[in-house]
Amino acid sequence: MARKVTSRRVWVSTGAAWLFGFLIFLPILWMVLTSFKSELDAFAMPPKFLLFHWTTENYATVQERSDYLHHALNSIMVAGGSTLIAMLIAVPAAWSMAFAPTKRTKDVLLWMLSTKMMPPVGVLVPIYLIYRDFGLLDTRAGLVFILCLGNLPIVVWMLFTYFKEIPKDILEAARMDGATIGRELIYVLTPMAIPGLASTLLLNFILAWNEAFWTLNLSTLDAAPLTVFIASYSSPEGLFWAKLSAASTLAIAPIIILGWFTQRQLVRGLTFGAVK
Amino acid sequence: MATQQTQVLGRALLTPAVALLFIWMIVPLAMTIYFSTLHYTLMDPESERFVGLENFRYFLTDPAFLTSLQNTLVLVGSVLAITILLGTPLALLLDQPVIGRSVVRLMVIAPFFVMPTVSALVWKNLLMHPVSGLFAWIATSFGLTPIDWFTDAPLFAVILIVAWQWLPFATLILLTALQSQDEEQKEAAEMDGASALSIFIYLTLPHLARPITVVILIETIFLLSVFAEIFVTTGGGPGMQTTNIAFLIYAQALIQFDVGNASAGGLVAVVIANIVAFFLVRVIGRNLEA
Repeated sequence: MARKVTSRRVWVSTGAAWLFGFLIFLPILWMVLTSFKSELDAFAMPPKFLLFHWTTENYATVQERSDYLHHALNSIMVAGGSTLIAMLIAVPAAWSMAFAPTKRTKDVLLWMLSTKMMPPVGVLVPIYLIYRDFGLLDTRAGLVFILCLGNLPIVVWMLFTYFKEIPKDILEAARMDGATIGRELIYVLTPMAIPGLASTLLLNFILAWNEAFWTLNLSTLDAAPLTVFIASYSSPEGLFWAKLSAASTLAIAPIIILGWFTQRQLVRGLTFGAVK
Repeated sequence: MATQQTQVLGRALLTPAVALLFIWMIVPLAMTIYFSTLHYTLMDPESERFVGLENFRYFLTDPAFLTSLQNTLVLVGSVLAITILLGTPLALLLDQPVIGRSVVRLMVIAPFFVMPTVSALVWKNLLMHPVSGLFAWIATSFGLTPIDWFTDAPLFAVILIVAWQWLPFATLILLTALQSQDEEQKEAAEMDGASALSIFIYLTLPHLARPITVVILIETIFLLSVFAEIFVTTGGGPGMQTTNIAFLIYAQALIQFDVGNASAGGLVAVVIANIVAFFLVRVIGRNLEA
């Protein structure tokens, strides 16, 4: 009897969860479906859900006509470059705060986070003028630099959270055995830090990939990543739904897949471990 | 028990990050403060002169400021309300035994990874289009008149798009918190005959208080500077209906080229964000000690 009730409860919650999940996912699903339609089918009323002539034509058109690859390459280089540089600066900083904390460590951490609260729009003008004067507008280096600084506080925080969870006993044991800092780093710390490093890297790649404010304002063509490429579809003359959908699908597919793989670490990273 | 050697090394390793962030914070801020005291437009650079607090007076008394402040607060408040009021039941649902839970979870969190420019375009054209959008078709199927979202309810339309993007964040964090809840306590309460509702009110809700605070505070930082969704869908219009503070300053700086006024606005935005930051830092600081 009890078992029957339980299994009915499972069915009810399964049905409800799938319904909500489907509703939330619907815009993305609809976008992907539209990307395989002809422009005529994309506008059709009533909408055609699955029974339409499937075509990959839009993907080919997006690729050749709009130089998708150029923007995708910019996205990869800007997001990847800014993430790597941020990691290079943040790993030593987080390491030192986690393993050689001083009285001021907590203040430094909070101060770093507070720089993230400066709204980008508040400093858009000076950054724009500096970039104009130094010829950094519409350059990959310029975008790498600004996204790196924007994400640095989050990278430091995530890494700090991960490093702090590495048990201190193991380190002390290694020190007792006479391990030097170098050996300690290579043989003891690095293997334990790799999961944290990897998820920090991935999350920041995602944040940098999707960052729209700086990329929209500081790049136009040469360095423009996919955020700018997609925004160009907002003009009436650029508006072909099937092609827009194909371009959008191409722009988000890699990042959604990355995100799905890193979802667990993502929560911890974004909340700075405040929620276990 | 850090040794002298690690202390010195630690400081050396910390310096680059601190120095960079310090420059990043201080240089643009100092320049913004300087510009905010100038009459300075890119259209006529020759007319540059010191005007004291004139820009602030102009920005703060401009009716556009009050409208955009109001829009900002409505946007942040509504998105927070929607994501928490929907995210909590959704998290509770996903915490139940659900067949294929991992697939459902992937569907639920997907919007968080969609870049704002893409979600804005897809919502605006494929879903909210008054003639050929999916929503228009749903409305007509029920015999209703389709809503012309960006003409009749533009701010609400932007709120829906932003809320869709942030619902996964709230759900995911609340779900993670739920999974760490003490099961034995719940079982004990059930044995004592507590109803599901009272278990929720007296056990689950207090347990969720901290993650809800975290969601509110982190979302607020990001929501205060929502930009791409407005830039792509409405450009702040019609009129001023979807202009938030971030977009107002952007419009003054890069559409009207009024650097002085935009800088004053930027500083106002910094002050507003810092009022929020004050509370955030306190909460996170407390969690650091735990």
